[in-house]
Amino acid sequence: MAKELIKGNTAVAEAALRAGLEAYFGYPITPQTELLEHLSARMPEIGRPFVQAESELGAINMVYGAACTGKRVMTSSSSPGVSLMMEGLSYIAGTEVPAVLVDVVRGGPGLGNIAPAQGDYNQIVHGGGHGDYHMLVLAPASVQEAVDLTVLAFDLAEKYRHLVAVLMDGSIGQMMEPAELPPMQPMKTDIPDWAVRGTDGGEKRVLTSINLDPPAQEVMNLRLMKRWQEIEKNEVRYKGYYLDDAEYVVVGFGTAGRISLSAVRAAREKGIKVGLLRPITLAPFPNDILDELSEKAKAFLVVEMNSGQMLEDVRLVVRGRKPVEFFGRMGGVVPYPDEVLTEIKRLVDGPLTTEGHPRDRWLARLSETIG
Amino acid sequence: MQQEVIIAGFGGQGVLFAGQLLSYTALDEGKEVTWIPSYGPEMRGGTANCTVVISDEEIGSPFVKNPTAVIAMNLPSLEKFEDMVEEGGVLVVNASMVNRGVERDDIKVVSIPANEIAQEIGSERAVNMVMLGALLGNLDLLSLDALDKALDTHLPERHKKFLPMNKEALRRGAEYKAEAVEPA
Repeated sequence: MAKELIKGNTAVAEAALRAGLEAYFGYPITPQTELLEHLSARMPEIGRPFVQAESELGAINMVYGAACTGKRVMTSSSSPGVSLMMEGLSYIAGTEVPAVLVDVVRGGPGLGNIAPAQGDYNQIVHGGGHGDYHMLVLAPASVQEAVDLTVLAFDLAEKYRHLVAVLMDGSIGQMMEPAELPPMQPMKTDIPDWAVRGTDGGEKRVLTSINLDPPAQEVMNLRLMKRWQEIEKNEVRYKGYYLDDAEYVVVGFGTAGRISLSAVRAAREKGIKVGLLRPITLAPFPNDILDELSEKAKAFLVVEMNSGQMLEDVRLVVRGRKPVEFFGRMGGVVPYPDEVLTEIKRLVDGPLTTEGHPRDRWLARLSETIG
Repeated sequence: MQQEVIIAGFGGQGVLFAGQLLSYTALDEGKEVTWIPSYGPEMRGGTANCTVVISDEEIGSPFVKNPTAVIAMNLPSLEKFEDMVEEGGVLVVNASMVNRGVERDDIKVVSIPANEIAQEIGSERAVNMVMLGALLGNLDLLSLDALDKALDTHLPERHKKFLPMNKEALRRGAEYKAEAVEPA
């Protein structure tokens, strides 16, 4: 199929539909609304349910119920709306049913603003909901990648009976880029053997997240964790740029990653041997490649549109072997490439240290700039 | 090779569509392109703008601090973006809506009475195409013929009757040439 110029939110919606989305439940919020808007027109057109719920709580619990029937289902929202869904997400994880969530992140905390941000990293990658569970998290950096990862999200959700989140930010949602949409997939006809959709006289099945007997709950916890280990083994994805001879490595995901790419190219033009590691799965995190780079590189720069949330995951892997520095903008402020270039130069000029915390150094510098 | 254009004005001047037309043309010409609008509260009145990045390779940042070119459709846009144009870049100013000259002397400035020209050829609504024409007449970015083709392909059916006017608007705009830049 030919590429078309399409807005990120619309592209994700259309990709989900073509991937065989059987029911959508959501509640509008900027900068995600075009996603819901597109599906509100397209789903009824092809005879599939679209429900604008009374709230995000309603939406996620509708997703929960529909997921239990073995259908391909999703919801989407933006930061404050996703916060409201956390209880439902934990229940979905605890019931081991597949579902897809798209979070188009905006500036926060609180009501914040509608500008692009990455402040939901911890909420999505490290929990948010209660109890021991993980979400598989995919972080696109372009409209095409958002399309591809949306399709992948459904496949992974079903393969592992797992929650999969597509974590993007307002700029990917609002941006138009050429993208090739997937062909229309036929609707799934096989019914998973765990699905509950009426027994028709057969054996009863129960899907629930309640487990009053702690040892039985622990057996379930063990199953979840083993499944997560499988996911960690099989599903790590990332993209490397100019890493072969890189003495310095920038690590950034999503929009911060692609902004860093511009800075890395500008630095290369000045003869600085710098590369970029852009994690595509944030959970599972690309630990192995980062571990490998920790042996080769002189120093790291983590760039995010938040206060250094992924930074902690990078530091866990680098383990003090090499200096790690941080640069971020918060609250919906998007960094320009020249700001990242300045930080790359700072890395090269030194002095570098493995002492202290990179966030403290960054905050000291940021206070001088924006005070 | 990468070039960036910021198109700014107020709501109703066709700022976002002008950017989309550039993007469609770039796509049809086999280039990489990103189009990103300002989508903040300013959409509800005041200025609107979009940034278009056109490149031969995977595009990094969709946001640019110093674009190759700026189209300023009104005074607030000129105030906001004049200083940002890359040295040696192009600034197209809608003289119909701006009551002052450009202060920069290290960029090419195209000053064009776009509203009057648009009225002459049939409708003030063609002002965005006049401005876009003026940009392409002064920056080696995309050809007018390629834009014509993109208009043929991507203009919504209900607007097809405006095709001849839009194409004329592009050409009338392209006739305006930048004032020469004094070598430093």
